[in-house]
Amino acid sequence: MSNNQSVSFEHSIPDNLKGLVADWSSDVQTFRVRWSKAMMWIFLVSDTFIFGSFLCAYMAVRLTTIEPWPPTSEVFALHVGGADVPLLLIAIMTFILISSSGTMAMAVTSGYKKQRKKTAFLILLTALGGVAFVGMQMFEWSKLIFEEGIRPWGNPFGAAQFGGFFFMITGFHGLHVSIGVVYLTIVAKRVWEGRYDKLNDYQMVEVAGLYWHFVDLVWIFIFAFFYLW
Amino acid sequence: MDQNSATYEGQKMYDPKGWWDTYVFSQDHKVIALQYVCVALAIGLTGMFLSLLMRMQLGFPGLFESIDAGSYYQDVTMHGMIMVIYLLTALFLGGFGNYLIPLMLGCRDMAFPFVNMLSFWMYFLSVIILVASFFVESGPTGAGWTLYPPQSILEGTPGGDGAGIILMLASLAVFIIAFTMGGLNYITTVLQSRAKGMTLMRMPLIIWCIFLATFLGLLAFPALLVGAIMLIFDRVLETSFFMPEIFKGGEVLDYGGGSPVLFQHLFWFFGHPEVYIIALPAFGIISELISVHARKNIFGYNMMVWALIAIAGIAFIVWAHHMYVAGMNPYLGFFFATTTLIIAVPTAIKVYNWVLTLWNANIKMTVPMLYCLAFLVTFLNGGLTGLFLGNVAVDVPLSDTYFVVGHFHMVMAVSPVLALYGGLYHWYPSVTGRMLNDTLGKIHFWITFIGTYLIYFPMHYIGFLGVPRRYYSNEQYDFIPQSVADLNQFITVCALIVGAAQFILLYNFVVSLYKGAIAPKNPWGACTLEWQTLESPPGHGNWGEQLPVVYRWPYEYGLPGATSDFVPQNVPDEQIT
Repeated sequence: MSNNQSVSFEHSIPDNLKGLVADWSSDVQTFRVRWSKAMMWIFLVSDTFIFGSFLCAYMAVRLTTIEPWPPTSEVFALHVGGADVPLLLIAIMTFILISSSGTMAMAVTSGYKKQRKKTAFLILLTALGGVAFVGMQMFEWSKLIFEEGIRPWGNPFGAAQFGGFFFMITGFHGLHVSIGVVYLTIVAKRVWEGRYDKLNDYQMVEVAGLYWHFVDLVWIFIFAFFYLW
Repeated sequence: MDQNSATYEGQKMYDPKGWWDTYVFSQDHKVIALQYVCVALAIGLTGMFLSLLMRMQLGFPGLFESIDAGSYYQDVTMHGMIMVIYLLTALFLGGFGNYLIPLMLGCRDMAFPFVNMLSFWMYFLSVIILVASFFVESGPTGAGWTLYPPQSILEGTPGGDGAGIILMLASLAVFIIAFTMGGLNYITTVLQSRAKGMTLMRMPLIIWCIFLATFLGLLAFPALLVGAIMLIFDRVLETSFFMPEIFKGGEVLDYGGGSPVLFQHLFWFFGHPEVYIIALPAFGIISELISVHARKNIFGYNMMVWALIAIAGIAFIVWAHHMYVAGMNPYLGFFFATTTLIIAVPTAIKVYNWVLTLWNANIKMTVPMLYCLAFLVTFLNGGLTGLFLGNVAVDVPLSDTYFVVGHFHMVMAVSPVLALYGGLYHWYPSVTGRMLNDTLGKIHFWITFIGTYLIYFPMHYIGFLGVPRRYYSNEQYDFIPQSVADLNQFITVCALIVGAAQFILLYNFVVSLYKGAIAPKNPWGACTLEWQTLESPPGHGNWGEQLPVVYRWPYEYGLPGATSDFVPQNVPDEQIT
């Protein structure tokens, strides 16, 4: 009687799916990971819906607004050496952020190899990349606000929603990066103090890495939707 | 690290030091659950009081001079928001979820007790911010609980001159943070820290329901958060996300080029899953109660689970049936009408299964069972009128009439509240160790059950007559006959009686706490783990030294060969007597 449930399962499922079903219907835990890692994945799914809602709203308004959208390649251009170079600053920012994802991945690897100092150093390097990114974002914002006169409620180039969506979404992303910098610094401190050596488990480094890669991935979408469209 | 050690990484005893840690800033999931229940019931009473004010105006127009058109709309708005979000969502997930998940799954606590505590205090903060809006200049926002722009953020809307709308949106944002912290806990706990032997398909159905409702919340609340942030910006920074060009009093406002329909999409992308965030835990409570009090295993457990998963999935693609008259593309209406009618299929599966569980069962007419039966009938009624409103052609004339009010109060206000009461009566002995008074419970049940029908059934008829909802006064319109005014008086009298009857429940709660009969350890004879703890009511850490081991599914009633008519989940086959 008590086995009824599992028996009926076995018969109704093709062989190659049985492994998957076995994992999902196992007792105690569904995924063989730490609780915090499972939680981070679920949080990131939820966060995806926040950024997804933001970007969908942006796309919807961009299609319905009556005034023309500002010429983004001119607005975002940087005046270097007597010529406007489009996308220069943003290319550097994107490069830095993606590189920081690389150092984070290296930190996770060296963490699993139990290289305490190298892991801490690489995490700090990642956080430094984040600081550089936010710093350059501040530079970009102040250029847009003070030199080009773009405000959340209006701008001289066209549709008023441009400024609103730009500052809101890049600001929300910048907030994620800033929180990530603080988070990574704390993790780096814990690695340095040897907390994960005592636990004999560096999975928390990977959990922080998940967050960082997610923030990075979101940036790719924001980059594409704001700067390339 | 070997893989099993991750399993029990957090299964430590919670050991509070002193009074504050035990009762106020407690990390024990049971205390947090009680805190959620108390705050939610308190704010829910406020919501009920607001609804009675509205009924007084509708039944006896002009009787109270303090209720003018403005304050009527403020009452409507606050009543809706409080009931849907701060009462039902918080009570089902924060209250029942917190209490039942660790106990029913056989673990010591939530996966992250500290985050769980923060979740409650953030919820408390959101309630405080919400209540604060009653005390600011010009009062809370009166834009309707859906907060549709442009009127929600324009001055001149009732309560629109002061900070009411800001406080409402801020409160929602804080609530979403609180919900996210709680929700991550519930999901991680369900997925990662079940007892040995507790497979997903051996979980009690209420855990499945809370699990899926939490998932819905984690994916749906982001849309509301985004909508709230953008609305705050529109109000404070005068951005134009949702604001088209607007003339007001002959003047052109500074807004232009935004899309009001966009807010409706964001709101209902949250709002429709929200219906299921409330309904699924109610389904779960009914599934538990009906099986326990009918002494029979639940019919079609697997189908019940898959139906839940189907409902949770489809819930995300039906939202625009709230917007048939909002001016969206008519072809979209066709799509959303189809998905809306499809979602009735898994819902019907659940109702059939409950009825089949009752078939030939040994039904005990306890108070929780009465609430189950009432839920089945009410939910069926509310669901059937939902089929009317899901069809575009039928919805257009009925939209924004009292038919809608009757429908959604039947299906997502009365039904969940009936399930909620059933759950409170059922689990009260587990929480307090005492039984509730049965006679008072039955009086409370019959007044509430019959009363809600007398309130909401006439509203369907009023709606067919074409009486628009949210109108402050119906007197000066020729098309509204006198019978509507008479019916409104009748409804108001019934609402006052039902409102007063809720104090029977409160009285029963408080008095039974001290004078109720001492409850035996498993008073209803249930198989699930929350009744199998060492102490009753369960202490910190729930299980003493040894975590329970699960050997069977949670509905082992009437096992052939066993002397007792139920076998708890943690009894191995060889120990069945």
